[in-house]
Amino acid sequence: MPLPNLSVNIAGLRLQNPVMPASGTFGFGEEYSRFFDLNLLGAIVVKAVTLKPAPGNPPPRLAETASGLLNSIGLQNPGLEVFIREKMPFLRRFKPPVIVNIAGKTLEEYVELAERLSEVEGVAALEVNISCPNVKEGGVAFGVDPKMAAGVITAVRRRTPLPIIAKLTPNVTDITEIARAAEDAGCDAVSLINTLQGMAIDVERRRPLLANVVGGLSGPAIKPVALYAVWRVARAVKIPVIGMGGIRTATDALEFMLAGARAVAVGTATFTRPTAMVEIIEGLREYLHRNNINDINELVGAIKV
Amino acid sequence: MSAGVEHIGLICSNVEIGPGAYLMEISLPEVALRARPGQFLHLRCGEGMEWLLRRPLSVHDVDKKSGRVSLLYQVVGKGTSWLAGQKPGINIDVLGPLGRGFSLPPCGGKALLVAGGVGIAPLFFLARELLGRGVILKFFLGARTRNLLLRLEALQRLGIEIEVATDDGSAGFSGPVTALLEKSIPKEKPDIVFACGPRPMLAACAGLLAGHHIPGEFSLEERMACGLGACRGCAVPVRSPEGGATYENVCTCGPVFAAQEIIW
Ligand SMILES: Cc1cc2nc3c(=O)[nH]c(=O)nc-3n(C[C@H](O)[C@H](O)[C@H](O)COP(=O)(O)OP(=O)(O)OC[C@H]3O[C@@H](n4cnc5c(N)ncnc54)[C@H](O)[C@@H]3O)c2cc1C
Ligand SMILES: Cc1cc2nc3c(=O)[nH]c(=O)nc-3n(C[C@H](O)[C@H](O)[C@H](O)COP(=O)(O)O)c2cc1C
Ligand code: FES
Repeated sequence: MPLPNLSVNIAGLRLQNPVMPASGTFGFGEEYSRFFDLNLLGAIVVKAVTLKPAPGNPPPRLAETASGLLNSIGLQNPGLEVFIREKMPFLRRFKPPVIVNIAGKTLEEYVELAERLSEVEGVAALEVNISCPNVKEGGVAFGVDPKMAAGVITAVRRRTPLPIIAKLTPNVTDITEIARAAEDAGCDAVSLINTLQGMAIDVERRRPLLANVVGGLSGPAIKPVALYAVWRVARAVKIPVIGMGGIRTATDALEFMLAGARAVAVGTATFTRPTAMVEIIEGLREYLHRNNINDINELVGAIKV
Repeated sequence: MSAGVEHIGLICSNVEIGPGAYLMEISLPEVALRARPGQFLHLRCGEGMEWLLRRPLSVHDVDKKSGRVSLLYQVVGKGTSWLAGQKPGINIDVLGPLGRGFSLPPCGGKALLVAGGVGIAPLFFLARELLGRGVILKFFLGARTRNLLLRLEALQRLGIEIEVATDDGSAGFSGPVTALLEKSIPKEKPDIVFACGPRPMLAACAGLLAGHHIPGEFSLEERMACGLGACRGCAVPVRSPEGGATYENVCTCGPVFAAQEIIW
C-alpha cells in the first residue's frame, strides 16, 4: 500500500500534514526547535503580534485546574517591528507555512498589522485573533459580535492578499453566527476554539489565583466543548475549520477531524510533552495505515450520526 | 535532537527528611555533568493518572561521578504529593537543566547565603561550588520551626559557618532569618549575598542589600507552564534598562535574578 496522504489544503495553503501549534503556546518557534525539527509540522503558528510591544498582565498569570490551565498572559509580545526584524529570519528557515496571529485594539491596528505583514517575506497567512479573553480593549470585543467580527475581517481583507484565518472565541451564545459572519466578510478559514473564560480561587487567602482575576481555560478540560463547537461550525460554513482545544493525542486530533476540522492545533499539551505534535502526526499516519485509508481528507467531517 | 534537555531518569532514592520535605536522588548523568547551581528541572508528574503540567524544582545537588542529581522538595499540592509517592526504581521524565543559575565569582571573596525553608534547595549546590572556588561562606538558614531546618547536618558536614533562625524560637535565633542577615552585614562585609525563600523574605533581603550597596542574587519562583520561554506564563516584574518596568520570564531570564533588578 502506498504511503497515506496526510496533506491538506487550508485557505489556499498546502500543509504537508494537518497538525500545527496553537498560537501563544509555541512562542516564535525557537524554544521548541531544540526538541524536534520544525520542518515536521503542517504549519508554524506564532504568538499574537500587536502593533506596539505589549507588556502583558501582572503575575500570577497561570493556575492549574482539573485537567485544565487558566492563563492571563495578556498577549505579551515584543511588537510588530521586533517580530519582523528578530523573529522572522529564524522562521523563514523552515518549510512549513508561517501563520502570524495578529491582535489589535482598534480596527485600524488590525489593518496596519495586516498591511505591514503582507510585505514581509515568509509570512504565509494571517490568523486574525478576535478572541483573546485577556485584554481589556479589543481582542475578544471583536469576536463576540457578528457585525464587529465582519467589520474586522472586511477591513483586513481589503488590505492584504494573504489568506486570512479568523480565530474564534467560544465565549458567545452562538459561535456559528460569528463563523458565518467571518466567512461572509471574506475570510478563508476559521480556527477555534480560543480559551474559555474562567477563574480559580485560593480559599485560604480568599483571593483569585490569577492577578487578573479571570483567565482563559485551555487543556483537556475543554476538549468536549471545543469538539462540539467545531462540529457545529463545520456544518455552518463552507471554508475550512482548524480545530483546537485540549488535543493531546492522535485520537483527540482524529475526533476533531471527524467532527469536521480540516486541520488541528495543539497548545497546552506541548507544555507537558514538548514532542506531542510529532507524536500526533505519527499517530495519524498509523491510524490511516491501520484503517486502509489513502487520504486523510476522507476523514474530514466523516462522523456517522 | 533535544540538545540534552529531555531525559528519563531512574529514581535512586526518595526519603522524607523533615515533615513533608523529601530528598530525591535521580540518575541523570548528563544533567549531573551540565547543571549549574540555580538551574532547575521541569518534572512530569502524575504520569498515567490525571493530566498535569510539569513542576519546576531546583537542582539541589549533583554528583558527577555517580551521575546522580538530587532534588529537595516540600509537599504542597498535587504534583509534589505524587512525587513523594514515587519509589526507587521508577523512571521519571524531566526537562533540564533549565534557566540561568547563579553567577559564580571567579575565586576568593566572601559570600553570605540566606535560605528560608525549602529555599535551601538551590543554595546547597551553590555552597559546594563556592567552597570549591575558595570563596569564604557563611550560611543563614531560617525556618518556621526546628525540624524544618532542612539539610542542616549536611551543611554542617561541608564545614561552613552556619547560623540558624526559627520563627518559633525552637532552634537558634528566634525571629526571621533576615534579622540575622541585618546584624551580620556590617560585620561580615560580604562581596555578594545569595538567597532563596519566600517572596517577603527576599524582598526584605533586597531592601537590606540596597541600603549597604551590596549585590545580591536571588532565586525566584513563579507558576510555570512550558519552562522554556514559550508561553510567557512565569512573568516577574523587573526594572527595564530605560528605567521603566517590564516583565521577564522566570524560566529563561531567571530563576536567578540580581536583587536590585526585581520590582518587589
Ligand atoms: C524555578 C523554580 C524552582 C523551584 N524549586 C523548588 C524546590 O527546589 N523545592 C520545592 O519544594 N519547591 C520548588 N519550587 C516550587 C514548586 O515548583 C512548587 O511548590 C510546585 O510546583 C507545587 O506543585 P504542586 O502540584 O505540589 O502544588 P499545586 O497543587 O500546584 O499548588 C499548591 C498550592 O499553590 C496554590 N496555587 C496554585 N496556583 C497558584 C498561583 N497561580 N499562584 C499562587 N498560588 C497558587 C494552590 O492553591 C495550592 O494551595 C520551585 C519553583 C520554581 C519556579
Ligand atoms: C499560555 C497561552 C497563551 C495563548 N496565547 C494565545 C495568543 O496569543 N493568540 C491566540 O489566538 N490564542 C492564544 N491562546 C489560545 C490557544 O491558541 C488555543 O486556542 C487554546 O489554548 C486551546 O487549545 P489547547 O487546549 O490545545 O491549548 C493561548 C493559550 C495559552 C494556554
Ligand atoms: S513557563 Fe512558559 S515562559 Fe516561563
